[in-house]
Amino acid sequence: MCLGIPGKVIGIDGLEATVDFFGVTRKVRLDVVDEPVALGDYVLNHVGFAIRRIPAAEVEETLKLFAELAAAGDDQDLLAADLRAELAATQEGKK
Amino acid sequence: MSAGTSDGAELKFRDPGRARELTAALARLVQSLGRAPVTLMHVCGTHEQAIARFGLRAGLPPALRVIMGPGCPVCVTDLCEVDEGVALALQGVRIATYGDMVKLPGSSKSLADAQAEGAQVEVVYSATQAVDLARASDQPLVFFASGFETTAVATAAIVLAQPPANFSVLSAHKYVPPAMEAVARLPEARVEGFLAAGHAAVITGFGLFEDFARRHRTPVVVAGFEPLDILAALVKLLEMIRDGEHGVANAYPRCVTREGNRRAQDSLWRVFQAVDGPWRGIGVIPNGNLQLREEWAALDARRRFHIDVSGLKQAAQSELSRRCLCGKIMVGLVEPTDCPLFGRECLPDSPVGACMVSSEGTCKIWYQYGGRPDLGGTA
Repeated sequence: MCLGIPGKVIGIDGLEATVDFFGVTRKVRLDVVDEPVALGDYVLNHVGFAIRRIPAAEVEETLKLFAELAAAGDDQDLLAADLRAELAATQEGKK
Repeated sequence: MSAGTSDGAELKFRDPGRARELTAALARLVQSLGRAPVTLMHVCGTHEQAIARFGLRAGLPPALRVIMGPGCPVCVTDLCEVDEGVALALQGVRIATYGDMVKLPGSSKSLADAQAEGAQVEVVYSATQAVDLARASDQPLVFFASGFETTAVATAAIVLAQPPANFSVLSAHKYVPPAMEAVARLPEARVEGFLAAGHAAVITGFGLFEDFARRHRTPVVVAGFEPLDILAALVKLLEMIRDGEHGVANAYPRCVTREGNRRAQDSLWRVFQAVDGPWRGIGVIPNGNLQLREEWAALDARRRFHIDVSGLKQAAQSELSRRCLCGKIMVGLVEPTDCPLFGRECLPDSPVGACMVSSEGTCKIWYQYGGRPDLGGTA
């Protein structure tokens, strides 16, 4: 429950962003992120809320682990399962 | 355990050469300290998952112990807090909560038991979904909220966003820094350095730990979740111990800053205040619980409902729960494999202790990733 996951902002409507997580589009709340978020930014999300805008130079390194985990389909893999729960915490977005 | 384990672990690294360099550095540093064991503690279930999943312990020098402290929010949710949720559910109030909370044992019942008796218990992944459930009906809905400061921020944001009148919060939120204090004061834990949880520090900032590190003469390193991030943070921690540096280092700069997320902190402390409260298996942690401030009384389930837990208390603990070692495991005094119940009477499907319930519990992580994960003959 202290896992955050990164995704790319592809739409913004007030306090709600549409975010692409490894090909899955979801809605994320922007209530508590502390920097202005723009289209194309990457944000770190936790239980449906963006908690940090990830500096552009750091994005690639941050994404690697999560992309690998997102591809792991094993239910016994707790880390991958927690990542899927984080995705489930965001609202279904428009495709 | 077997030679194959460590080979397998190595293959999981994206950069095996870098991993070898870091583990060699760990071995040199531990040797240079000239004492064994050297104990380092992390306080995050996700760190334990990553350590177990990527087989990091296989590469650690035998004299280095890396243990998990009170880093699982569901595990430290106290019996009396579970009892409150169960009592409300049995009184006919609809409960929404995070998945791991459902099986968590209370004094005599879990929320799953209440559900089996007809209570309405809904699993949600986020506070937003709990509010959506409240909006969809006129019935009272209580969000039984657990989690450390990172997760409490989401609950705070929901409270500040004018939820519907039938929505309220039963807070079991906990604040990690006071629990680190409690462990640092336990002489028998002999923790020489702490890894701070990366995503909690995104919120609080690493500056928060500077006073702690000075007072306890114990270095703190903020670590990310990549296997190489964790190894690099352990190297940094051992270097600081060797050099007598009692400060804080940030080994996760891509996500963590000194100040943290001020806006999130502002929301957190506008809604919650830190109060003394019980942590399961550990005892009362001064300022360890997050309670809704008086201002939000209308949204506080404890003030809004009369919660009668008296019917749930049991005169005596069951024989099994008396033998459970979760409390000692959560402060790093013993390991899951030291518990006589681990993998026998206590299993993920029929947990005795809280550490076997949550995906962030030490026992469940060790069980799921294979007993005592990847100690590579160092035991």
